[in-house]
Amino acid sequence: MYKYDAIDRQLILDRVEQFRDQVRRWQAGELTDDEFRPLRLQNGLYIQRHAPMFRIAVPYGMMNSAQLRKLAHVARKYDRGYGHFTTRHNLQLNWPQLTDVPDILAELAEVDLHAIQTSGNCLRNITTDQFAGVAADEIIDPRPLAEILRQWTTFHPEFAFLPRKFKIAISGTKEDRAVTWFHDIGLHLKVVDGVTGFTVIVGGGLGRTPIRGQVVRDFLPWQHILTYCEAILRVYNRFGRRDNAYKARIKILVQALGVEEFGKLVEAEWAHGKDGPATITQAEYDRVAAHFGAPAYETITTVDAAYQAKIIADKAFARWVERNTQPHKVAGYTAVTLSLKKHGVAPGDITSDQMEVVADLADRYSFGELRISHEQNVILADVKLADLADVWRVAKAAGLATPNIGLLTSMICCPGGDFCDLANAKSIPIATAIQQRFDDLDYLFEIGEIDLNISGCMNACGHHHVGHIGVLGVDKNNDEFYQVTLGGRQGYDARLGKVIGPSFSAGEMPDVIEKIVKVYLENRHPDERFIDTFDRIGIDPFKNRVYEGRAHGKAKQKEAA
Amino acid sequence: MAQLIKQGNVTVDTWKTLEIGEGETPETIALPAGDVIFPLAVWLARRNEIVSCHKRIGLLLLPDDKVEEIAADLEYFVVVAVHFPKFVDGRGYSTAALLRQRYHYQGELRAVGDVLHDQLFFMQRVGFDSYALKDGKDAIHAIGKGFAPFSETYQASTDQPEPHFRRRTA
Repeated sequence: MYKYDAIDRQLILDRVEQFRDQVRRWQAGELTDDEFRPLRLQNGLYIQRHAPMFRIAVPYGMMNSAQLRKLAHVARKYDRGYGHFTTRHNLQLNWPQLTDVPDILAELAEVDLHAIQTSGNCLRNITTDQFAGVAADEIIDPRPLAEILRQWTTFHPEFAFLPRKFKIAISGTKEDRAVTWFHDIGLHLKVVDGVTGFTVIVGGGLGRTPIRGQVVRDFLPWQHILTYCEAILRVYNRFGRRDNAYKARIKILVQALGVEEFGKLVEAEWAHGKDGPATITQAEYDRVAAHFGAPAYETITTVDAAYQAKIIADKAFARWVERNTQPHKVAGYTAVTLSLKKHGVAPGDITSDQMEVVADLADRYSFGELRISHEQNVILADVKLADLADVWRVAKAAGLATPNIGLLTSMICCPGGDFCDLANAKSIPIATAIQQRFDDLDYLFEIGEIDLNISGCMNACGHHHVGHIGVLGVDKNNDEFYQVTLGGRQGYDARLGKVIGPSFSAGEMPDVIEKIVKVYLENRHPDERFIDTFDRIGIDPFKNRVYEGRAHGKAKQKEAA
Repeated sequence: MAQLIKQGNVTVDTWKTLEIGEGETPETIALPAGDVIFPLAVWLARRNEIVSCHKRIGLLLLPDDKVEEIAADLEYFVVVAVHFPKFVDGRGYSTAALLRQRYHYQGELRAVGDVLHDQLFFMQRVGFDSYALKDGKDAIHAIGKGFAPFSETYQASTDQPEPHFRRRTA
């Protein structure tokens, strides 16, 4: 992965001292709360329900073992011994003291970690595919360009105070695993006539106004990505709405102008910046790309016999391999997903002890590196098949080997009303109740692949719109209710789910999910996943079952012919 | 009174900004003598009059004002003041970048309004060279610490037209 040079490192140290001085001035009354707020937000610090919430960046999801050990240490020393991985490659601490944050930042800087622009109305962390560089279906490794974009976003002078937050995601595979259709800018790497470049998507987003992004430029050669992003950002910075925070994202501007008109403004702006100094040089690309070279893989020509025997003999191991490993481009290797979705634990939560176990596993079996996925799991990207049984044993003992990746209980879930000030409703107890209901592994495997995503409010941090089943916490007369959507999906054909009908109380939710699953099981054809059956039979059979015996919510009866 | 920071010092501001009061219009407002910063609307309505009776002319741009409208007039201005109604309204950064980078404005570029310590670095980068620091703020500390919190910059901007990657020696 990318190793910081003296300059990269110095900037992070400078940031620590800058923030220390900002905290001091705030405490001395020289900065008002309003003046301090954007400054602390741009260092990942929210004031939340119980304490500040502190969000640490994991740029494009890549981390080394030393960094994870430092996170374990920080969570133990300054918090309650655990952290929460978010859907955008960040680790959140829920209970730090605000006055400790400069010291936390200083400790993080020792291993090149920071919280730069993890919140606030600015350019946020760049996100990508958790299998970047190792995926069997990859066209181009997105990480060198993600790093170049990271540097460009860091303290960008013109775009530090945008109308609203701005998120960029980049994907190098056909099967997009970075939710690029739902980012402010989504970038698809591809090769056209031997030239590497991007399809540039703009104006996507979830939140209270979920919109699938639109293609603003079908193909942009890679050298121009910074100048083109500058053009998009300048148009947005000048013309995006600032009168209403709910209408301030770039998606609203793109909708108001239409993507064609918006694209014309961008192209006119880009005509000035194109081929300018910010055009990326081959030398710079090569310099950064050299950091992402293949590790020292062994040449493996035969499948390990002990591994094969264990797959046959040990059903639990075989299940874990089936769900939690991913095809790798190098023979004899696989990418392992360590599940942070153990039943009964808040999705995405990881203890300091577990972080240290993962760091040790990474050192021993995966070249000392790991990744964080937007599904809130941890990935060891380069594990030999012959080592899988050992990795499994250690991970299992640490509670990190629940074989549920892609299954119903591997849900995406935001911190919700237990922690977050914005939330209308709790999300973690809903996740936990559903996990308890579906605790039988045989049944879970029988159901097969389903994405269940839960958000505690319409800000949609839990990506509920793109879950096959989406659950959204809503407030009805100060009571917590849950709205259910069906048919959403991520990936290249990403789309938004449809609302099934009136919302439910928390207590009803496990039953509701079970009914939806039953309709699928009763109707599915062999080899159909939940989403395939849904696409074939539509929403009405689900609606009718869920609202059976109720006055409202059922689908209209079709008249007999 | 804001404290005007220029070239690392707090200096006396000789300019007055013309404010359009209630019942006044850009077309009818009296034009005062001396060093005056005129709102864009007054400049557009009274350009010839202003040019004939003022040797030194200032222009005030609000966040909604389009730089493109005065791009051809820039040679008239000794100072262009860009107004930040709130420090979190970042439109002024693009205004400044366009004035300097696209239209090659060479005169004084002044940040006015809600101008605070922690934005000075960004303002300097996009091309401001004078800063009306908000009243009551510590100008000495701002001068000492506000302009150079970072020892290097990645991106190209007005103060450094080459991005860092083009300035690498290795």
